[in-house]
Amino acid sequence: MTNVIAKQIALFINISIKAGTPLLLASLGEIYAERSGILNLGLEGIMLVGAVTGFILAHSTGNPLIGIIVSLLAGALMGLMHAFVCVTLRANQVVAGLALVMIGTGLSSLLGRSYVGVALEKPLRPLKIPVLSEIPILGEGFFYHDILIYTSYVLVPLLWFILYKTKVGIQIRAVGENPAAADSMGVNVYLIRYACTIFGGSLAGLAGAYISLAYTPMWMEGITVGKGWIALALVIFAMWDPLRAVLGAYLFGTTDVLQYWLQMPLQRRGIDPSILGTLPYIATIIALLIGSFERIRKRIGAPASLGKPYVRGE
Amino acid sequence: MKSSKYYLSPFSQTLSSLKKGDIVVLMKGITKRFPGVIANYKIDFDLRYGEIHALLGENGAGKTTLVSILYGIHQPDEGEIYVYGKRVHFRSPRDAIRMGIGMVHQHPRLIDTLTVAENIALSLKDAPFINPVPNVEELIKEYSEKYGLKVDPKAKVWQLSAGEKQRVAILRTLISGAKILILDEPTTSLSPPERNDLFEAMKALVEEGASIIFISHKLKEVLGISDRITVLRKGRKVGTVSAEESSPELLIKMMLGESKPMSIGLGLGKAKDQLHKVGHKVGKKILEVHNLYVLGDRGEVAVKGVSFEVREGEIFGIVGVPGNGQRELVEAIVGLRKALKGVIRISGVDITNKGPLAVINMGVAYIPEDRIKYGLVLDLTIAENLILKDYRRPPFSGRIMLNTSYISKWCLDLMRRYDIKTPDINTPVKYLSGGNLQRVILAREFSHNPKLIIAFRPTYGLDVAATEYVQKLLLQEKQRGAAILLISEDLDEIIELSDRIAVMFEGKFMDIVPAGRADAERLGLMMMGVRFHEEDKDTCGKSL
Amino acid sequence: MKKIRIRVERVYEVPLWLRIVIPIIAILVALSIVAIIFLIQGINPIIAYAEIFHDAFLTTYGIKFNVVKLIPLLLCSLGLSVAFKANVWNIGAEGQLLMGAIAATWIALFKLKGYPSYIVIPAMYVLGFIFGALWALIPALLKAKFEVNEIITTLMMNYIAMKLVLFLIYGPWRGTTTWKYPITDEFPAEAQLPLIPGTLIHWPSLLIALILVPVIYLFLKKTKIGYEISVFGLNPNAARYAGINKTKVLVIVMLISGGLAGIAGVGEVAGIHHRLRYPSSISSGYGYTAIITTWLAKLNPLLLLPTTFFFGGLLVGGDVIKIDLRLPSSVVYLFNGLILTSLVSSDILLRYRIRLLVVGEEDDKCHS
Repeated sequence: MTNVIAKQIALFINISIKAGTPLLLASLGEIYAERSGILNLGLEGIMLVGAVTGFILAHSTGNPLIGIIVSLLAGALMGLMHAFVCVTLRANQVVAGLALVMIGTGLSSLLGRSYVGVALEKPLRPLKIPVLSEIPILGEGFFYHDILIYTSYVLVPLLWFILYKTKVGIQIRAVGENPAAADSMGVNVYLIRYACTIFGGSLAGLAGAYISLAYTPMWMEGITVGKGWIALALVIFAMWDPLRAVLGAYLFGTTDVLQYWLQMPLQRRGIDPSILGTLPYIATIIALLIGSFERIRKRIGAPASLGKPYVRGE
Repeated sequence: MKSSKYYLSPFSQTLSSLKKGDIVVLMKGITKRFPGVIANYKIDFDLRYGEIHALLGENGAGKTTLVSILYGIHQPDEGEIYVYGKRVHFRSPRDAIRMGIGMVHQHPRLIDTLTVAENIALSLKDAPFINPVPNVEELIKEYSEKYGLKVDPKAKVWQLSAGEKQRVAILRTLISGAKILILDEPTTSLSPPERNDLFEAMKALVEEGASIIFISHKLKEVLGISDRITVLRKGRKVGTVSAEESSPELLIKMMLGESKPMSIGLGLGKAKDQLHKVGHKVGKKILEVHNLYVLGDRGEVAVKGVSFEVREGEIFGIVGVPGNGQRELVEAIVGLRKALKGVIRISGVDITNKGPLAVINMGVAYIPEDRIKYGLVLDLTIAENLILKDYRRPPFSGRIMLNTSYISKWCLDLMRRYDIKTPDINTPVKYLSGGNLQRVILAREFSHNPKLIIAFRPTYGLDVAATEYVQKLLLQEKQRGAAILLISEDLDEIIELSDRIAVMFEGKFMDIVPAGRADAERLGLMMMGVRFHEEDKDTCGKSL
Repeated sequence: MKKIRIRVERVYEVPLWLRIVIPIIAILVALSIVAIIFLIQGINPIIAYAEIFHDAFLTTYGIKFNVVKLIPLLLCSLGLSVAFKANVWNIGAEGQLLMGAIAATWIALFKLKGYPSYIVIPAMYVLGFIFGALWALIPALLKAKFEVNEIITTLMMNYIAMKLVLFLIYGPWRGTTTWKYPITDEFPAEAQLPLIPGTLIHWPSLLIALILVPVIYLFLKKTKIGYEISVFGLNPNAARYAGINKTKVLVIVMLISGGLAGIAGVGEVAGIHHRLRYPSSISSGYGYTAIITTWLAKLNPLLLLPTTFFFGGLLVGGDVIKIDLRLPSSVVYLFNGLILTSLVSSDILLRYRIRLLVVGEEDDKCHS
C-alpha cells in the first residue's frame, strides 16, 4: 500500500516540477529585467515565439538541442526589441509589453501554421541522475528530468548569487532602485537595462521551448495558455528574489497536477471537469494577494524605478 | 588590497608634480541652453590645485548646471573643458570619474535599499567582481579613519541621517580616487555642528592634494571656507574674487545686481517691527496637538509624543534638520498619515485620523514641502489646479456637474490677486516657472481666508524675490488673524518669522522658546540633539 | 568655418498637426512591415492592401461589416477610456465582454424565456452591464484595498471567464438541438436584437454606443466625479490630499469599464450569434483591440469614433486576409501589435525634437 502512495507522491512532485519549470524559467529572466527597472509584459508573446521556433527547428533537424538554441536566440531578439523601445525610445512600458504579446501571438501563429497539431518525434528525453535518483520518493521526484530542468536547477542558485554577491548584481539592483544615482556613480544604466531585458527575453524563449519540446511535445496555437502572465505574477509573488521564485513556480506546478487529478472525482459527481481549468488563474490571483500582504508587512516593494524610463539629466 | 592611488596612473606623474596654484580644471566659454532658458552663457571658470573655490549665486543662477557639465551629466552647447591641461569631452559621468572628478550632489544620490559598502562597491573599478563587499568594507574603514568621516559600512543607506549620507557620498568619491571634488550645496541638510565637521574634512582633503569646487547660496559659509569665490547671476559669470578681498556687501551686490538695496532677509525685519508696533494680539487656540505619536514609512516611530498649540495671529515655527519627524508630523496633522496615538484638534474639533477631507473642511491651508508631488497636478490646467480643494462645493459645482463659468471667473480673479503670470487659465501648469507654481498653490490655499496655515518649507528652492513674496504673504496672513505653523530647516528664516520656536530632533521637541529669546547658536546645537538644563529657561514657551 | 551641432532637446508643447501626422506615420510604418511579411509569403502587398482597403472601406458590404465590428470596439473603448483616465489598466475587457454574453444567454434561454421583446432585450442589457461590472469589480477592490496589480488580475479574469463559457457550453448549457456541438440552443426570436434591414447591424447596441460617446465625454470633462478621476489618474498623491477617495474612484471606473464591455457582449450574442458559443467566436479580441483604439484616441471619447471605425475596417480586412490570402486569423494580432508598438515608439518624437544649431548664432532650424 505505502508503495503506491510513495509512487503517487513521487509522481506528484515530478509533474509539479515539470509544470512549474516554464514558469520558473520565464520568471527568473523577468526578475532580472524588472530588477533593472524594465517591465516586460510581453512574456506570453515571447514564450510563444520561443515555443514555435524551437519546435520548428527541432522538428526539421530532429535534434531538440538545436531547437533550444534557436528559442534562446528568438527570445533574445524579442527582448532586444523591447529594450530598444523601452530604453532608447523611452516608450510606455506597459503598452509596449502588451503590443509585444500581440506580436508574439500573431507571429507564432503565422510561423507555426503548417505545424499545428504535429507531434515532435524526438522530444527532450528525461535522464536519470546516477545515485541521486535512487533516493526514495524524492529521487524520482527531482532527479528524473530532462536537461532543461536540470539547467533550471543550476540557474536558480547561480542567478541568486550573481544578483546578490557580485558587483554586476549590485549594479543591476542599483539601476532598478535609483538610475540617476547609479548613473552618477558611473554605472552604465542603458547597458545594464538592455542586458537584463535581453536576458529576460531569452529565458522566456527558453521557457516556451520547454513547453513545445518537452512538456507537451507538439505545436498548437496559444500553447502557453497564459503561462507568461502567470510568470509575471510569480515575479511579484517572489518579491523579485530568485529563490522565492522556485517556491512559487513549483507551487503553481501543483495546480496543473491537481487539474488532472481532480478530473475523475468531479466527473463522478456529475460536474464537468473543464471548470478545473480556472484553477491556475484563480491561484495566480491568490498568489498576488499573498504577495501584496507580504509586501505591506515587510515593506519591500518593487524596484523603485520599475516601468519608468530613465533620461540622464531630467 | 589595492589602494586607489592605482586609479590615476596615467596622471600620477602629473599629480605628483602639481604645486599649489597650478590650474587643474579650466572651463572656457561654456554655454548651455535649455528650452526657454539660457542656463549658462559664456562662462569661464578655473580651479587651482589645492584650493577651495566657491561657486556662489542664488537659486537658478546656473551653478549646478555648470558643474553638471563638468561631471558629464550635460554636454555644453559651446565652450571647452580642460582637465590637467588636456582637452576633454565627457559624455557621461563615467568619463569624468575616470579623470578623477567626483561629485557630491545636493541630495546625496545613493541607493537607499543597498548598504553603504554596496553603494561604494558599485563604481569601484578595483573592487573584485565576486563578493566585493568585504574588500570594500576594509577600504571604507581605512578612509573613514583617515579623513574623520565615520560611517558603518554595513548599514543600509535609508537608515542613515542626512549627515551620514553626506559622508558616504564623499567617501565614495575619495575611494574612487577623485582628486577634484564638486560639492553641490552640501550643507542643505546638515545641522550647524555637522556643517563644521564637513568643513574640517574639506580642509583635511585639501591638505592631501584635493581641489574642491564648493557650491552654495549661503554667504557666511562661503566666506568662511573658500579661497576664491566665483559669483554667477542669471547664467552669467559676474566675477571671481579672492575670499580675503571680499565682503558680504560686495558679494551680495555681485549676486543680486545693483538694484537690490538690502541684504537677504533684512527687508523683513521692518515688516515684523511694524506688526509688533501695531500691538498685535494673539487669539484663541486653533491647532492643538497633544501627545502625538506617528509611524514613519519603515515602521519606526517618527514622532514621539509631541504636544503644542498654535493660536490665532501667531506663527509657530518648528525648526530641525530634515528627517527628524517633521514630515510625519505635518502629514498626520493634515490627515495624510495615520497617528498612532494622541489627539489633534482644530478649533476644538478632534480631527485625529479623520482623513484629509475633514481637515480641509475645517478651513486649513497646506503648503506642502514637495509641491509637485502633493500640491499640483502638472498636466491639468491652472483652473483645474486652483479648484482642487473647492470643487465639491457650490457655486463651484452643482450636484453632479462642475460650474465652469463660475470657475473661470474665480480663477481669473485669483490670478490677478496673486500675480500669476501666464497667458491663459487653460495652460497646463507644467509650463509654469517655480515661483509661479508656488503662487498657484498659495492662491488656492489662501483664497478662502484659512483659519490655520501649515507651511512646510515654503521657500525651499525659490529665488530671493519669490522667497520674499512668500514670507511677506505669511506675515500678512498672520496679521489677518490666521494661525500659522511654519516648518523649516532654515534657522534664520524661522527666527525671522516666528513668534515661538520649537526645535525638533528625532521625533521630539527639544524645547519651545519665544522668538525674542532665541539664540541661534543654542538652537543650532539643539537641532543636533544637545540638551540644555531646565534652569536656563522659564516656562514662557510652554503655555497652557 | 561654421560648425553645425545636432542637439536633442525636450519639448513640452507640440503643434496640433504634428500630433496627427506622427501617429499616421507610425501606422504606415507598421503597414510596411506587414507588407514585407506579405512579400515573404509570396503575396503582392500592394494588391493585398488595395483589396483590404477596398473591401473594408469602399464597398457598402464592407462598411456594413465595419459597423458591425465597430459596435463592440466602441463600447469597450469607451469603457477603457474611463479606466485609463484613472490610470487603471483594465486588460480584462475581453472577459467582461464574455460575462455580458453569459448574462444575456441566461436571460434569453432560461430566466426570461418566452417573454416579449420589450422585456427581454432591456433585461439582457441591464444584466449584461451588471455581470461585466461585477467581473471588473473584483480586480478593482483588490487594487483599492491591497494594491494588487490590476493588469494581471484583469487578465486572469479573462482566462477564468473563457473557461467559464467553455464549462457552460460543454456542460449544463449545452444545446439540446445541436447534435453534441459545444454551443447553446438558439435564442428565441424575442431575444434576438433587431437589425437594420439589409445589414447585420444590431442597432440597439449601436444606438447605445453612439449615445454614450458624448455622455462619457461630458462625464469625464464636466462632472465632479470626472474631475476626481482625472486628478487621481494624474497624481494620486495630490488626489489623496484633496480628499478624493481612492476606492470610490477605482470602483466607479471599473464598474463603468466592465459594464460597457458587458453590454458589448450582450450585443454579440443577442445580435449576431444568437447563442453562446466558443469564446474566440464571440469575440475576436475586441477587448485587446480596444486598448489600441483607446490609446490612439489619447483617451478622448470623441476621437474614438474615427479610431474604432478605422480598426473596425482593419478587422474586416483581417477576415479578408483569412479567407482570401489563407493566413491564420491571429495574424490580425500581429498586425495590431506592430501598429501599437509603432505608435508607442513614435511617442518619443512628440516629446523631443532635433535641432540643428549653427555655432555662434541663434540660427536654428527645427527638424522633427
